[in-house]
Amino acid sequence: MAAGPLTWYSPSPRLRTLRRLEVWAVTLAALAVVIGASLAAGSTAAAAICAACVAFAGLLADYVAGRRVRAWGYAERAEDLLVRRGVMFRRTSVIPYGRMQYVEVAAGPLERAFGLATVQMHTAAAASDARIPGLAADEAARLRDQLTALGESHAMGL
Amino acid sequence: MEPAGARAMAGLAGTWQRLHPLSPLVRAGRGVFAIVVILLLPASHNSGSSTNDWLHVIVLVVAFLLAGISWLVTRWRIEDGDLRMESGLIRRTSERFPLSQIQAIDTVRPGLARVLGLAELRIRVAGGSRRAGRLAYLTSADAEVLRVRLLAMSRGAAVAAAPDVSAPAFERTLITVESGPLLASLMLSGPGLLLELLALALFLAAILAPTVAAGAATTAALALVVLVIHLFQRLNGSYGLTVSETGMGLRVRAGLIETSDETIPGARIQAIRMVEPFLWRMLGWCRVEVDVASQKSRGRQDRLEARAVRSLLPVGPRGQGLALVATIFPEAPHERLVPPARARLKSPLRYGRLSWAANDRFAVTTSGRLRRATDWVPLAKVQSIRRVEGPVQRALALASVHLDTAGRRVHAVVRDRDREEAARLLEELPDRCRHARRLEVAGRG
Repeated sequence: MAAGPLTWYSPSPRLRTLRRLEVWAVTLAALAVVIGASLAAGSTAAAAICAACVAFAGLLADYVAGRRVRAWGYAERAEDLLVRRGVMFRRTSVIPYGRMQYVEVAAGPLERAFGLATVQMHTAAAASDARIPGLAADEAARLRDQLTALGESHAMGL
Repeated sequence: MEPAGARAMAGLAGTWQRLHPLSPLVRAGRGVFAIVVILLLPASHNSGSSTNDWLHVIVLVVAFLLAGISWLVTRWRIEDGDLRMESGLIRRTSERFPLSQIQAIDTVRPGLARVLGLAELRIRVAGGSRRAGRLAYLTSADAEVLRVRLLAMSRGAAVAAAPDVSAPAFERTLITVESGPLLASLMLSGPGLLLELLALALFLAAILAPTVAAGAATTAALALVVLVIHLFQRLNGSYGLTVSETGMGLRVRAGLIETSDETIPGARIQAIRMVEPFLWRMLGWCRVEVDVASQKSRGRQDRLEARAVRSLLPVGPRGQGLALVATIFPEAPHERLVPPARARLKSPLRYGRLSWAANDRFAVTTSGRLRRATDWVPLAKVQSIRRVEGPVQRALALASVHLDTAGRRVHAVVRDRDREEAARLLEELPDRCRHARRLEVAGRG
């Protein structure tokens, strides 16, 4: 059956900010450790070099995180859900609503602070990979209710 | 002297029945021998202090008490179309298995149970979402009567209607594994080769450098014992394995010391895999495994159940394996498509073995580097479909498509296909899977 044009939705822009915050928190901690260790060892030159390396790694991680957030998307079709993610390893998953066992909405403390949540669809297969992080909390709730309703109406046995 | 099966009939009629009194002993299994050895060893030396002896006596008494209590509080019966089982003293567990949902009942007889004439029943419920109910242990006669009756009742017969236990149901033997090839295959397997190398090394060391050998003797002996035990467990699981086709599914009987008799309904089969390891290919042998949906189980006793992959043909000629698969999946496609030639750049070792095919009901994929693994997946059992494209694949305009099933071991992957072909698969396969699911439900309902 021919599918019409798909509308891909993305996670909330706040996810980008959250990821940036995480990356820079780790980078600053690493900087502190590295500079402290180098100064304790008594070499300012080494401290400067290591700090530069750590800062560069932080910038790289920030860039990669930004691209990963942009690459995440989901689309709801009539019979299944499509989820795409990944920059180096691009993955696209198709999960039929009838195969859905349950939908899980989870939010860690940082996510909650930004008003975001992660929605994950579970099937009977452990390898099923349908996770969408960083959705606005009301969008997550809407998606969960919609998926649950569609799952019930499409449900067939194992 | 009660007639055989009287307890089973009484339980079916609704009276609470206990399991056989020796059940805790059999459940403890090898632990019993360990305890006996530990207790007897010091006693055989010299009874040093009498407190030591008292300690042993107390341990024995406590063990007997616990076993007796465990036996007292465990009971079962049939009530209102359900099988009810209760156990536990402090934390009572009560389980209920609706008879109409019973899918299969397996019989397991560990070595000790066989010696004592006991058997365990494992009751599998449709859906695969809960653990099998276990009645461990009943006398063999009780177990057989109960099994036949429960299966008949699950199909709607009343309690009083008595199917003749000895009347043979439809059963056609598909394969029987021969012991010679089985032993040879074990010796050629990974642990087997390791065992042989170790034995050879020890032997050479004993001749050439006796002091070194003496020093390493204990560790080497331990390693040898572990390997031998592992190999023996594998032998036991596959000895005399007979697969037959019955009205209720595939019946698999196997065992040397511990025997098991298991029925796998067609609905539980998630995928079939045929593996031809490198060494076996020269002999034309293969191994066929079936992946069933099962829960993660805990504990040593669930070793049988925890094997999510059931061996249908532990070792046999390739033609026999293919015939077996053709019997279970009669409409599987045969013609295979090979990947584009540039896939050789990405997977040089695997390229020779990659192929796939699909029709309306099945998908077949082959893969593997040294060994060749062929996976048959019924499209009705596919849970989700994923397309994965790594950086090397992107450069070569390739992609892989994964077919996920509820089984835990078999992964069907269509590897290294042309990008357009993979995109087309991602569009077409979900529709085909949906149609296959509808056909299956229509066929069942």
